[in-house]
Amino acid sequence: MNQFPLLSVITLLPLVGGLILLALPGARLQKWWALGVSLATFVISCLLFVWWKAGEAGMQFVERLPWVPQFNIQYYLGVDGLSLFLVLLTTFLTVLVILFSWEGVEQQLKPFLALLLLLETGMIGVFVALDLVLFYAFWELSLIPMYFLIGGWGDAHGTYNFLGRTLSWRVYAALKFFLYTFAGSALMLVAILVLYIRGGTFDLLALQQIGLAPNLQFWLFLAFGLAFAIKVPLFPFHTWLPDAHVEAPTAGSVILASVLLKMGTYGFVRFCLPLFPDASRQLGPWIAALAIVGILYGALVALVQKDVKSLVAYSSVAHLGFVMLGIFALNAQGVAGATLQMVNHGLSTGALFLMVGMLYNRRHTRLLADFGGLWKQIPIYGFLFLIVALSSAGLPGLNGFVGEFNILLGAFQMNRAYAVFGTLGIILAAWYLLVAVRQMLHGPLNKAENMAVRDLNVREIVTLAPIILLFFVIGLFPNLFFDKINPSAQAVVDALNRPQPIVSMAVDSER
Amino acid sequence: MLDYAWLMLLFPALGTLIISLFGTRLGKRAVSILAPAMVFLSFVVAVAAFVSLLGLPVDERSREVTLWRWMVVGNFSVDAALLLDQLSITMALAVTCVGFLIHVYSAGYMHDDERVPRYFAFLNLFILAMLTLVLANNYLLLFVGWEGVGLVSYLLIGFWFEKPAAADAGKKAFIVNRVGDFGLLLAIMFIWTGIGSLRFADVFALAPQVWPAGSAVVGAVTLLMLLASTGKSAQIPLYVWLPDAMEGPTPVSALIHAATMVTAGVYMIARSAVLFDLAPASGNWVAWVGVLTAFFAGTIALTQTDLKRILAYSTVSQLGFMFIAVGVGAYAAGIFHLVTHAFFKALLFLSAGSVMHALNGELDIRKMGNLRVKLPTTYWTFLVGAAALAGIPLFSGFFSKDAILFAAFEKQLPVWIIGVITAFITALYSFRMVFVTFWGQERDRRLFNHAHESPRVVTIPLIILAVGAVLTGYIGLPAISAIDGWLAPAFHPAGAAAETHSVALELILLVVSGLIALAGVFAAYQAYMVDPDLPKRVRASLGRVGRLVENKYYIDEIYDMFVVNPLRDLGGWLGGVFDRRGIDGAVNGLAGVTGWLGAQARRLQTGMVGLYALAMLFGAVALLAWLATR
Repeated sequence: MNQFPLLSVITLLPLVGGLILLALPGARLQKWWALGVSLATFVISCLLFVWWKAGEAGMQFVERLPWVPQFNIQYYLGVDGLSLFLVLLTTFLTVLVILFSWEGVEQQLKPFLALLLLLETGMIGVFVALDLVLFYAFWELSLIPMYFLIGGWGDAHGTYNFLGRTLSWRVYAALKFFLYTFAGSALMLVAILVLYIRGGTFDLLALQQIGLAPNLQFWLFLAFGLAFAIKVPLFPFHTWLPDAHVEAPTAGSVILASVLLKMGTYGFVRFCLPLFPDASRQLGPWIAALAIVGILYGALVALVQKDVKSLVAYSSVAHLGFVMLGIFALNAQGVAGATLQMVNHGLSTGALFLMVGMLYNRRHTRLLADFGGLWKQIPIYGFLFLIVALSSAGLPGLNGFVGEFNILLGAFQMNRAYAVFGTLGIILAAWYLLVAVRQMLHGPLNKAENMAVRDLNVREIVTLAPIILLFFVIGLFPNLFFDKINPSAQAVVDALNRPQPIVSMAVDSER
Repeated sequence: MLDYAWLMLLFPALGTLIISLFGTRLGKRAVSILAPAMVFLSFVVAVAAFVSLLGLPVDERSREVTLWRWMVVGNFSVDAALLLDQLSITMALAVTCVGFLIHVYSAGYMHDDERVPRYFAFLNLFILAMLTLVLANNYLLLFVGWEGVGLVSYLLIGFWFEKPAAADAGKKAFIVNRVGDFGLLLAIMFIWTGIGSLRFADVFALAPQVWPAGSAVVGAVTLLMLLASTGKSAQIPLYVWLPDAMEGPTPVSALIHAATMVTAGVYMIARSAVLFDLAPASGNWVAWVGVLTAFFAGTIALTQTDLKRILAYSTVSQLGFMFIAVGVGAYAAGIFHLVTHAFFKALLFLSAGSVMHALNGELDIRKMGNLRVKLPTTYWTFLVGAAALAGIPLFSGFFSKDAILFAAFEKQLPVWIIGVITAFITALYSFRMVFVTFWGQERDRRLFNHAHESPRVVTIPLIILAVGAVLTGYIGLPAISAIDGWLAPAFHPAGAAAETHSVALELILLVVSGLIALAGVFAAYQAYMVDPDLPKRVRASLGRVGRLVENKYYIDEIYDMFVVNPLRDLGGWLGGVFDRRGIDGAVNGLAGVTGWLGAQARRLQTGMVGLYALAMLFGAVALLAWLATR
């Protein structure tokens, strides 16, 4: 349709930029180059929003080329309302993360930035790929840079006894992250191959039409679902997350929480729901129940954390529980709300990690007990932290509320009890976030180290300001986003409720 | 004019924005003028809207102004839109009028504080949130204001956040309020799934058709609203945050924790009159929660010695009276008491602030005495407020409390009996404050000698509020009640016939109320002026019961023991034991088994994860190749 391969440019620009970066000398030039590349990618990705065809449920900006014709593998890209804002979130946050890393990364800056850009390509690719092999390639591609970012640039100390071997915590965390995710994706690969055998294609949209036997759907759903559930993470697959988040450098935590986790939730909406509708309806209530366990679990554990970074990490488990609850409400409010909430969580939690990182750069500690009374010393920081915390707590008028409310409204229609427990999670969210505010910002300023802390500088304010502006835009004018999300979300829901075609054995026409 | 009602919201919004961005640069002086000015402009708009509403025929006195389409998702849609009718305008007038006076008072009271700009930014934000709450045309926008006022309350209770008690109190207020908000959110979901709209006009038109009177769903909706209201309006079982909220600056206690925010629950129940009429059982619950709260809080107020805390418990108790009113279906009486209470309680708090200011922050009434000599203006305004609170005839509280008790007498005799006893207690503690603080002998000579009357910027708002505390009573004179007729159409849009009262009965009860109040004052005079040992003897004769009351029935301790601590312990156990030993243990065990199995293939393992991934990809391609050539 479009002459200009917009999606390819957005996807590959960071990769190309990252490769060129490797040849550039000097930290200063490297930083400006990385910032320039990510900024260009973001600006170009905004064209998706500008040129968006309103009211359309299907794929836009489609690009389709044969890649490995022998196996019917295609280079097939497209975005719809479900993926549009995840792409924008990725390009947006990569800019901010590079801006954040302007100071603080003393060693190995060049590979650090290159990995970030490589990661960006992987993540965007996951959100725009419509061919399963292409998707899988991007999925794995995004895993590797993150592994190195955690293992190589993490900032925590201490060791862990892993099966008789002594590892440093951050290597343990990186390994745990890698093994968990990789174990999940191995099964997904098998499922992809089974789909190919059944459908003769890796084309996602074509595969949605073939109609699989419910029994097969069930197993394939589990294979895909495990990979996604680990990524989300859905309870009880979450224990890699606090370690990975806490050990990762700030930039890694931000990307991990804001974007990488969304690959899991996005996977459920993009793959599990349309490919396995019967299984989705059958397993939906169970997954929603796990999501609720995650909401309450994450919140209660967050409540007692002593390290603010792990508090934020556990809050992610709770927030992603909301997203999962919305998806498996299997109705328009739930799916659309969950889609918006993916973005909301990306912004709120991303901002929380950025702010925790800013404080860490100053104080080299993240223990709540080491702070106290900081609002007096660094009022701008205090003011912004409060807004970010409130956004994360789902205060009406800000972004989080719009997503959470629609999710709960969707859950309520499915099963009132789910909505009741989900709503309890909102109480707890206020509790653990206000505990953090109380410990960090309030109380007497009585520790000598805290009395010398500088307030945010201009670069840091510029990093946070666009996120905070978006909190208000989404909270007050969510229709700017729902306009584009709704048709696609509705299509997913409609497809779930449409009677499935009778399973046909002969689908080998392609081969 | 009604179409420009959004200006009411715009002014405080601008004030908040300007002050929070540029407040410190503008300086204290400019900010102390700007913030009250913004609220004054809102007040002017409210008055203009009121006048134009008066000019309309009765059945047209309900106008909606759509600002923008807020969100549309599937078949769910809700607007950012305002509803202007008799009820919302009455509330808006009270909020902006009292709000403006408290802003002016604050300019003087907070003068020496180092964070004046922040204070006024919060205060303007409060007006914005409260007006959103009362002017919203649907439940979801109401909820925005509802949480918004809770947020500002949190911020202002913890305004002096260096003080651990203040920071803790703010946090407690927000979380307890969220427990209530849980109820409101669920009620909203019930309403939408049942009716398909959240707009008040739709809900009230359709509810009687969709939900039969007394049906389970409407019962659930109204009880959830009651839960929400007990949070915001500090009733049993969620009142615990309000006494602690007195850690905030005194004008905040007056504005938010007495006059406006805490009345939000009463407003919401009155607004949902149609729903509560469909659920008579829920109405009973509301009335009983109200009267029990009124009684218990009244008894606690008798035992407290901190002037602001006495007023706080008194607020809880008076809100209980408003709950009685809306519970027995006397919505207009509830709103009437809400308005009179807004004036006289704001007056009492601000007068208490003036006392506190004069005594260098001292609030313990046991150290006061004879202050009428030193603080004549404050004494007279406090006396007017106390008289209104006690329900002395011809003061505003007398008329509004009587309207409530009369309605209770007709619907629920037991509620009336406890209500009358509580009215006696109210008069008793009101004049305990007057006598102990302003009469008798000075108890702390050093404090007394340093006491001085407050400046005019403080006393003039007091005088205006005192006038209001007397006059607002006369908009609701029995038998000719203006407020009743004005408000009634807002509660019963279908146009239910107004009930006819027996005027003779109403007058008899009026006399009874007056006598009860005077008896309370007399008892206070006996106990605190004539025979100062009497309270001690009473206390001694009460024994354990007395200690129970003095310790506020140990409610805070009970919540800590049964809710707060178990949840924290559970969180600690889940994160520490369950995650680390349970899940990680299982995963590590699995890894151990795998490692043992893989010992044979150890030479293939280079330990480089990237290589594994590559091998994986090759494997996949090989598998594909095999499939294709098969």
